[in-house]
Amino acid sequence: MDSSVWITLALTLKVAGWATAINAVLGVAVGWLLARKQFIGREFIDAVLTLPLVLPPTVMGYYLLVVVGKRGWLGAWLQGSFGINLIFTWQGAVIAATIVAFPLILKSARTAFEAVDPQLEKAARVLGLGEWAVFFRVTLPMAWPGILAGVLLVFARSLGEFGATLMVAGSIPGRTQTLSIAVYEAVQAGQDDTANFLVVLTSIVCIVVLLAAGRLAPRPHVRS
Amino acid sequence: MSFDVDIDKTVRSDQRSFRLRVRFRASAKRSVIFGPSGAGKSLTLQALAGLLTPDSGRIAFDGEPLFDKAAGIDVPARARGFGYLFQDYALFPRLNVRQNIAFGLNTGLRNPSSRVSGDAVERWLDAFELGEVASQRPAELSGGQRQRTALARALVHSPRALLLDEPFSALDPELRDRMRAELDELLQRIDIPVVMITHDPEDLAWFGDEALYLRDGAITEAPAVPERRVSTRVRAI
Repeated sequence: MDSSVWITLALTLKVAGWATAINAVLGVAVGWLLARKQFIGREFIDAVLTLPLVLPPTVMGYYLLVVVGKRGWLGAWLQGSFGINLIFTWQGAVIAATIVAFPLILKSARTAFEAVDPQLEKAARVLGLGEWAVFFRVTLPMAWPGILAGVLLVFARSLGEFGATLMVAGSIPGRTQTLSIAVYEAVQAGQDDTANFLVVLTSIVCIVVLLAAGRLAPRPHVRS
Repeated sequence: MSFDVDIDKTVRSDQRSFRLRVRFRASAKRSVIFGPSGAGKSLTLQALAGLLTPDSGRIAFDGEPLFDKAAGIDVPARARGFGYLFQDYALFPRLNVRQNIAFGLNTGLRNPSSRVSGDAVERWLDAFELGEVASQRPAELSGGQRQRTALARALVHSPRALLLDEPFSALDPELRDRMRAELDELLQRIDIPVVMITHDPEDLAWFGDEALYLRDGAITEAPAVPERRVSTRVRAI
């Protein structure tokens, strides 16, 4: 196999890694807000942020082009002010994967935070803790198993992202072509050897991720 | 010790709404707020602790205002300096007994280590005979051990008053009397002012130096359970 496969793998992991990191932070923050704060339009925001889960990825890709494309309102501003172009770049692929996978961490984090007994947070407040300390010492550790499950779902979803990524970042070998897109291209071009190898490689990566997840996840019944 | 309370709070959930409108002064060493469930006892106690913000009114402890809507004062729960015993104890399930007790001794962003030590922690482990189970998690404890852990956690940073929410309702009936005697003895030993809320007339008999009767969100004059003469104190010690 030529070395371009490994470049594709590295690029895929880079895109999925960034998308997961961004989603972990955003998902925990927004999930906590939706679970713990009362405000007008809360369920509407939840519904809008869940849209990527139900909309076809190509529709999401189109929306992204409208927003961050060269003539999009955000894209034109980025280009004009900073000379930043996101279309056909790996950063564009990160944005596509981030948005498409976001509902998975949002749902997991919100559910996990809602399951934390508010009484425990009250107990921590009476014991003298400020709100940040309550969050990092009580709320987050209690919600962590659910959040971790969401983080792994996000990583898996980002790894396999196809539609929106293709529309925003294209399929430039070595620059924006991820594994799932490379598989598609290989099959289209009749390169069965490459396709077979890519498919097996992708499966192995996913199995490794799942095994790692099994080791990372806290085991509820283990006693010290 | 004295609490001066005059608060108004309406809580709504779905179609139901409940109005708490309490005004009282609790100045005995041990005051009991007594009433049936749903009378607003827990809301009242949480308001004292700063866990519930009243819509209007005032709360003062020994003359120091803790809450005053008109003056814009609302001391946060963490700064009120009270110990609070929750009905189901609210022990942190992932922390062992030692960590639970030491929890409030540092207020930083990290929990105490599982081998946390120190004079205060050792003293309370010792006083409550929790040394043997110090490295166990709350789920592995008996009801009595859980209550003692929760009490130690509340007392470890020397609160200026102790607020008790139905302290014996989570215990087996046969254990209750023993724990009442234990708590009674402990409170006399450490000499700390107490406000207890309960629906159990036995608690009132044991701990009610001063009794306040709460019904439908308001303090009432007459005892809520006329069949029990609460003035006759039953004391084991």
